[in-house]
Amino acid sequence: MVRRIGEGGQAGLSVQDLTVRYLPGGPAAVDGVSLDVAPGRLIALLGASGSGKSSLLRAVAGLVTPQSGRVLWDGEDVTGVPVHRRGFGLMFQDGQLFPHRDVAGNVGYALTGMPRARRRARVAELLELVGMAGFEKRAVQEISGGQAQRVALARALAAKPRLLLLDEPLSSLDKALRSRLAADIRAMVRSTATTTIHVTHDQDEAFAVADLVGVMEAGRLVQLDTPSELWNHPADEAVVELLGQGPVVAAEQMALWFGVRVEGPVALPVGSLLVESGVAGPGQIRVEVASSRLVRGRTEVEVRLPDGRLAAATGGGGMDRAEFVDLMVDAKALVHVGPRY
Amino acid sequence: MRSYRPAQWAWRACWLAAGLVAVGFLVVFFAAPAVNLVAQGFTDENGRPTLSVMVQTFASARTWRIIRFTIGQATLGTLICLLLGLFGAHLLYRVSWPGRTIVRGLVSVPFVLPTVVVGVAFRTLLAANGRLGFLGLDGSWQAITAALVFFNYSVVVRTVGSTWAQLDPRRADAARALGAGPVRVWCTVTLPALAPAIASAAAVVFLFCASAFGVVLVLGGTRYSTLETEIYTQTVEFLDLPAASTLAIVQLALTGTCLFLSGRAQQRLQRSLGNASPGPLKFSGRRDGLPVAVTAAVILVLLMAPILTLVERSFQLGDAWSLANYRALMATGDDSGMATSVWQTLVNSLTTAVWATMLAVGLGAVVALLLSRRPRSRWGRAGLSIGDAAFMLPLGVSAVTVGFGFLITLDRPPLDLRSSAVLVPIAQAMVAIPLVIRVLLPAVRGIDPRQREAAAALGAAPWRVLGTVDLPVLARGLGLAVGFAFSTSLGEFGATSFLARPDHMTLPVAIGRLISRPGEANYGMAMASSVLLAAMTVIVMSIAERLRPPEVTSW
Repeated sequence: MVRRIGEGGQAGLSVQDLTVRYLPGGPAAVDGVSLDVAPGRLIALLGASGSGKSSLLRAVAGLVTPQSGRVLWDGEDVTGVPVHRRGFGLMFQDGQLFPHRDVAGNVGYALTGMPRARRRARVAELLELVGMAGFEKRAVQEISGGQAQRVALARALAAKPRLLLLDEPLSSLDKALRSRLAADIRAMVRSTATTTIHVTHDQDEAFAVADLVGVMEAGRLVQLDTPSELWNHPADEAVVELLGQGPVVAAEQMALWFGVRVEGPVALPVGSLLVESGVAGPGQIRVEVASSRLVRGRTEVEVRLPDGRLAAATGGGGMDRAEFVDLMVDAKALVHVGPRY
Repeated sequence: MRSYRPAQWAWRACWLAAGLVAVGFLVVFFAAPAVNLVAQGFTDENGRPTLSVMVQTFASARTWRIIRFTIGQATLGTLICLLLGLFGAHLLYRVSWPGRTIVRGLVSVPFVLPTVVVGVAFRTLLAANGRLGFLGLDGSWQAITAALVFFNYSVVVRTVGSTWAQLDPRRADAARALGAGPVRVWCTVTLPALAPAIASAAAVVFLFCASAFGVVLVLGGTRYSTLETEIYTQTVEFLDLPAASTLAIVQLALTGTCLFLSGRAQQRLQRSLGNASPGPLKFSGRRDGLPVAVTAAVILVLLMAPILTLVERSFQLGDAWSLANYRALMATGDDSGMATSVWQTLVNSLTTAVWATMLAVGLGAVVALLLSRRPRSRWGRAGLSIGDAAFMLPLGVSAVTVGFGFLITLDRPPLDLRSSAVLVPIAQAMVAIPLVIRVLLPAVRGIDPRQREAAAALGAAPWRVLGTVDLPVLARGLGLAVGFAFSTSLGEFGATSFLARPDHMTLPVAIGRLISRPGEANYGMAMASSVLLAAMTVIVMSIAERLRPPEVTSW
């Protein structure tokens, strides 16, 4: 397929300097965000609640009018186009299935002007895709939360959206279901080659589904990278905290405590600190144990670093009752914080 | 690039047009009559502004006696309703026992009965030859109070009961665990939690008592009159419009105050009731003995006796069983001054009710949809909150005031509807519209706004969003709304008695006419027509109640 690209350049979605304020002169929910999504890519927007990720999504969908900035699709400005003309699909956290329609009625909602037989076939095909074949006549109140989300996804895909926007689609589900459905969503979206933005506050979910992960903080997009780049090179301490990568320690302190030379500050994620059970030697420090717990069969202790902050350490035996342990550092597991050098 | 502006403006223009129609109706048929009515009280015969009418009215001892009687009567009625209703609320909503649902239904019947019917029923019960004639209460003020309690008992039971049913029982358990006895638990835990509901019920009952018209007119005769009946008497019998206007102003002030207090109480209702969904209590003879005794007495003596006596007597002529009263409905009655037969007025009532219902439900649905919008602009939001209050206003204004306002306003150009048959349906629709909105609005407001967003994101244009998201929800409340509007219109007496022409009376007005004339035959016909009217209202309401969507609670 040949895409005709407008003067804005870029194929796919291009968000340019978008700002959203809910009150004129009030704080910006989205603050000057620019973002490009190439056709067929799946990106996740990760952020704590209130970071502006949902507002950004709603502005892209056209549900919120931005104060400034533009939304372009294939180079064409769609900022003034009403929601129902944008051709962007949207799926909510709780599905928002229409309660007075059955499953088929929901999935077929967007398929107007299609002969009945073809519509029925298309609905069946979509339900098959999301693993809900044969559920056509079921009332939406009768199906479970996970099934409702599958139906909501089928409904959104039915319209063949140019861009699919998923607003925390798995947040209302329990953990086991969430990881299974996250993998399914990735497979379904892939199989239809739909360009997708997936908003979530759960890093596991973001890493599981996305080609690229964007991190939002206080209305700004602070980093956009592949999952592995993001994990290994978080842009700042806030990203480290969002990813749960432990405390950030300056280079001088690393040299002082562990005798390790690093360039710039590093984060100490689980696995970077090891409890040494042998004799104390160079490159080790003795620290106080704050608490210990069993995580998936392995003991993890929470230790108090010399400056008083807490970090997680693993390895070693019989440490669950110790008051003090000796720590050493695994340099390969350290995470370098800040812009890449 | 294609512009979407024209389509958006067209859509907004549609809403604006709908809003203008609704507001226009309210202005012409509510605001204009009300303003004109107030103005009448402050002008002399030549149209010059004056306070003399006001001064004259308030200088008269009769005025003060009527105001005192209205307020005293309403206060007493409210207090008795609360006292009896609390026992009923406990028994019918907090405690579980077989047959509870049936009794709940039974108790709610009086509220929907037409006022004239209740008046006739109480007169039949308390007349010298009635079942309770030995009490000697015929034509007394106690009879009026009893009838007011009859009407409004179920309001207290329902309002307080539905709150009581949601009360988290663990709060009382916590108090008991801290050493409080049953009385202390009730006073310190249960009563404070129920207080907002009690206050709200009290305000509504007071409003209904203070603006009761049909009951007082039928039972009070010439001895007792309230503001409502006095407005009617001054207008229809003494033709003293200025005096009637001043009384109507007093009535407006009284009901306005009530409505304001009721709104305040409603706001306080938001108080948390605890978050458990408690099951009802098991029946216990020791705790529930007194409520059972009180409620049984209320149901038998106060609620059932008048209705059963009315039905019984309507089938009697002299001392013999007979269908003569019903047969007489085909004729115009003894010297009753009626131009048509009662059957004809029944047909009139039904046609009027159909028109009034179509008008009230059609307009009410438009208003409910309008008020459920969530505009983003500041002007839109301001307009919405004004509209919200404006369409509830007629609920607080008595039907007599509406009828009287119509009479003095719509009788000359630019709008002369005096001789037009549309006046009565419009007046009845005005009385019914607030009820319709109260039924429809909560359901439409309850729609998650993201439902509309989801539909739009699937490519649905605004009109399709309205048709596929809003209308199905609205339609579920429509049955109840139609029922409310139809039965309100069917039994409407206050406004209609001002406006119905003698050759085109409605059934309640005909009953009012029959009962005010001497003669056993007229009285028999009044009883027979009352039974007929009551039966129709109860049937309409019980069908409507079945269609009640779960979101809607009455009052």
